[in-house]
Amino acid sequence: MVEERNNGGKGWVGASLPRKEEDRLLRGRGKFAEDIKLREMLYLRFVRSPYAHARILSIDASAAEALPGVACVITGKEIAAETQPFIEIGPDHAQKIRDFPMAVDKAIYQGEPVAAVVAESPGIAEDAAEMVNVEYEALEPVVEAEEALTDRSVLHEAAGTNRVWNGVWEYGDVEQAFKDAAYVVNIDRLHFHRFSSTPLENNVIIGEWNPKDDRIYYGCNNSFPSFAIQFLAAHLKVHIDKIRVQTFDIGGSFGIKITSYPQMAVCALASKKAGGRPVKWVETRSEHMVASAHGNERTFRNTRVALDKNGVITAIDSKHIDDCGAYPRYEPLGCVIWSQVFCGVYRFKNARIDFWQAVTNKCPVGPNRGYSRMQHLWFLERVIDICAHEIGIAADEIRLRNYIRPEEFPYTTPNGCVYDSGNYPKMLEVAKGLIGWDEWRKKQIDAQHEGRMIGIGIGTTLDSGTNNFGQSQIINPYAPFSGNSQGANCKLDIYGEVVVAVGSCPQGQGHETTAAQVVADVLNIHPDLITVRTGFDTERNVHTGMSGTYASQFAVSGLSAVHGAAQKLKTEMKRLAAFLLETNEDELAFGVGEQGPEIKANATGKSINYWGLANIVNVNSAVLPESLYDVTLNCRYVWRAPFKVPDTKAKYGSLTLTYASQLHIAVVEVDRETFVPKIIDYVAVDDCGTVINPPIVEGQVYGATAHGIGAALMETCVYDEVGNMLTSTFSDYTPITSMNIPKIKYGHTSTPSPHSYSGAKGMGEGGAAPIHTISSALQDALFAHGIVINDSFNNADSIFRALKAHDGGQRAELVKLERKQASSAK
Amino acid sequence: MPENIAPQKLDVTIRINGKTYARKIEPRTLLVEFLREACDLTGTHVGCDTTYCGACTVLMNNLAVKSCTVFAVQADGADIITVEGLEKNGKLHPIQKAFGDSYGLQCGYCTPGLMLATHQLLAENPEPDEKQIRKAIAGNTCRCTGYVNVFKAIELAGRNMKGASVGD
Ligand code: FES
Ligand code: FES
Repeated sequence: MVEERNNGGKGWVGASLPRKEEDRLLRGRGKFAEDIKLREMLYLRFVRSPYAHARILSIDASAAEALPGVACVITGKEIAAETQPFIEIGPDHAQKIRDFPMAVDKAIYQGEPVAAVVAESPGIAEDAAEMVNVEYEALEPVVEAEEALTDRSVLHEAAGTNRVWNGVWEYGDVEQAFKDAAYVVNIDRLHFHRFSSTPLENNVIIGEWNPKDDRIYYGCNNSFPSFAIQFLAAHLKVHIDKIRVQTFDIGGSFGIKITSYPQMAVCALASKKAGGRPVKWVETRSEHMVASAHGNERTFRNTRVALDKNGVITAIDSKHIDDCGAYPRYEPLGCVIWSQVFCGVYRFKNARIDFWQAVTNKCPVGPNRGYSRMQHLWFLERVIDICAHEIGIAADEIRLRNYIRPEEFPYTTPNGCVYDSGNYPKMLEVAKGLIGWDEWRKKQIDAQHEGRMIGIGIGTTLDSGTNNFGQSQIINPYAPFSGNSQGANCKLDIYGEVVVAVGSCPQGQGHETTAAQVVADVLNIHPDLITVRTGFDTERNVHTGMSGTYASQFAVSGLSAVHGAAQKLKTEMKRLAAFLLETNEDELAFGVGEQGPEIKANATGKSINYWGLANIVNVNSAVLPESLYDVTLNCRYVWRAPFKVPDTKAKYGSLTLTYASQLHIAVVEVDRETFVPKIIDYVAVDDCGTVINPPIVEGQVYGATAHGIGAALMETCVYDEVGNMLTSTFSDYTPITSMNIPKIKYGHTSTPSPHSYSGAKGMGEGGAAPIHTISSALQDALFAHGIVINDSFNNADSIFRALKAHDGGQRAELVKLERKQASSAK
Repeated sequence: MPENIAPQKLDVTIRINGKTYARKIEPRTLLVEFLREACDLTGTHVGCDTTYCGACTVLMNNLAVKSCTVFAVQADGADIITVEGLEKNGKLHPIQKAFGDSYGLQCGYCTPGLMLATHQLLAENPEPDEKQIRKAIAGNTCRCTGYVNVFKAIELAGRNMKGASVGD
């Protein structure tokens, strides 16, 4: 049984090991933040602005405060008086934005907290919150980024403008490329919509600021705690060591839970005001929809694409406007993170991207699965498909002509990123094989004769993982961040148990399992003999300032840290065992004997088990010679990604370590009567290098695929013109269900990464392949009707409008093809 | 004024996983709150506030219900099975085992609800086809798995339980 799972004797890495997390979760014994009750716990409820933009004239909390069971009410003004505004990452005027966890003088998005009520029960808190009387003066809202940039109505008066950031990325000789082009395609406007991956578990925070020891405790489900404490310590004006953050099982995050630190601040401050009793906030789904975080919305204007006579792109020139909602917070990092995939999977060398970001009166954005890269990758896939249709080249053919070639890896992009490995033509071949490409092309033609609208689309995408925080200096040269690191600890406990702790905070990615697989291979024991701690805890003292779970990197940063710590432990164990067994370090065998895991001397057959080793170091140390006093069997290792600070002026340098890729193909039919788009066949092929645990990887691919399909066809955050959010419940937002997920054919290719010790690449975000793919398929279905897909969200309604509103389609208004006879004749 | 909104408390007795729980509660208490807060059975979860997600699904008198949409007083005298009641003497129920074996969960937040929805499906239809499986869990949102492995888990559970009653 053991041998079977042991990956054909090759080791535990690569084996389809069942997850260690499963047992407790299946029995209903998972421990989620909401399950935690502390002594004397109080419950917090926010009072939120119904307006997207309004001055707060007065807050009358007297009725709420008088309700029996109410401990206190806290307002934004009070918080502003005793805290520092949150750190702003942006430069210059963006530094002047005053961001507090609750509105102070005015509310700038619907749902922004203006006060918080703390009471003995959730019910009382809810009742009391309704009794807080807030008087507002409505101000003019701006809900579109392009409009916000006109500064007609300014959100942050201290900053004086709605522009958060702008900068130009320019490489090669763009103008020359346009002069030499055989074709120039102009695309007026493309738009990537706002959506959220909405983890099923909402945000939960327990905060306790105890006057006894003046320490702050958090039990919560934040997914990037080491980032949160850096923001919180400065904001709350406390020593960072005073803040303890603990996470447990987390019911999904997809990046959204990175941005719960403002609510964490409120819980601590409310606890302080309530005399140090712990304060629990459990977000409702409606609160989550309106006021947690959404993904970035982006508009692409005045795009010009130069191509040679074969349809090979030679240059792209475009203006991109990102909408980050009311506060930049984790932004403006999104203004640079897209450039990790600057050229996508394509070879063009000349490009000019003029990038802008604006605040609007909408919920602040956060790093949602595929963060900032998916918007750009969708843009590039739209460019490819639109050019293909305009020039008359098939979607697969134009990609093959433009893909980076397998022999070109490691490939340096125009902006200095190094793509570690990949083979896109092979993925296309595998995907075409799985879907039955030629068959479908035939069926499509037959269907067209019958008047049906069937399209076949391709999406090629990248999932860049383990980022170089030095890219923040492209945004702000004074940003004190660069590189990337993760910490892990591997020890033999006093009785010899192998215990591993990592600075990640997983939400279902199986870190306990994969970490155990890595350590099992180092020590040559079964993964069941290894305990991996659940969740994150600052007091385990393993984390670095970049610890957390985000940006597709655990297989690289997390497991490299675990591997390093296990190696370090092994080295110490060897030194100790060599002394005790009176032999050389290189004549020892690690394995499992009659008395459990042990080390054996090859020559004598004498052995010592882990209990024996741990005993001597921990409770029997008089036996130790002084030369072994440095052996602790408690080994922390910090793994660092080998990055340099990028050249911030030239915007050039390596921004990410690994590039997993995905290639999807979809066949979509638009119903002739209802205009409902329906996926009738679907293939997902992924390549994330060496796979640590195949079913876990497959599960991530399916999950990311469902998010992408949901986002492409069902999930969108809709605001009306005055900033009311119209999709504020699950019933309005309609997350994808079992009825909407097509059958997915799964394929896998592997190009091991030369950038990680195991050849693995970070994966999990998936690069939003389905959004690209479905846009591509819809355009294929509708191009004959004059439709170009210019939005990442499409449903029956939008397709109906596009088909009916424009006689002959909107293509004529949106896209212009210039054919340069002279050069195309060459 | 504050006093007169303080609600009067009601006595409610519910059998949960074979055990009787008698509690005094506010009338507005939802069944899911009763389970989680009054009885400390935290395996049942809450994911939404519009009866969409099914994270709160339990069996009430053998029918799968969304416990966020039932008042605890409506369940007075009822027989409830929650995820904690699926295992028998420490042994996983075949549905639990099938979810584990099929990698039918990631974060596990939706899983209790999904398993109880599965329980009702298999009680009514021991050999559901894919369409029937999809329909049976249409009211259970899972944000992690994309449902693919959940379908496999339900199919496997059905196969493994052939002949046995779901209650076993
Ligand atoms: S919590 Fe009951 S349906 Fe969502
Ligand atoms: S496993 Fe996370 S929501 Fe289903």
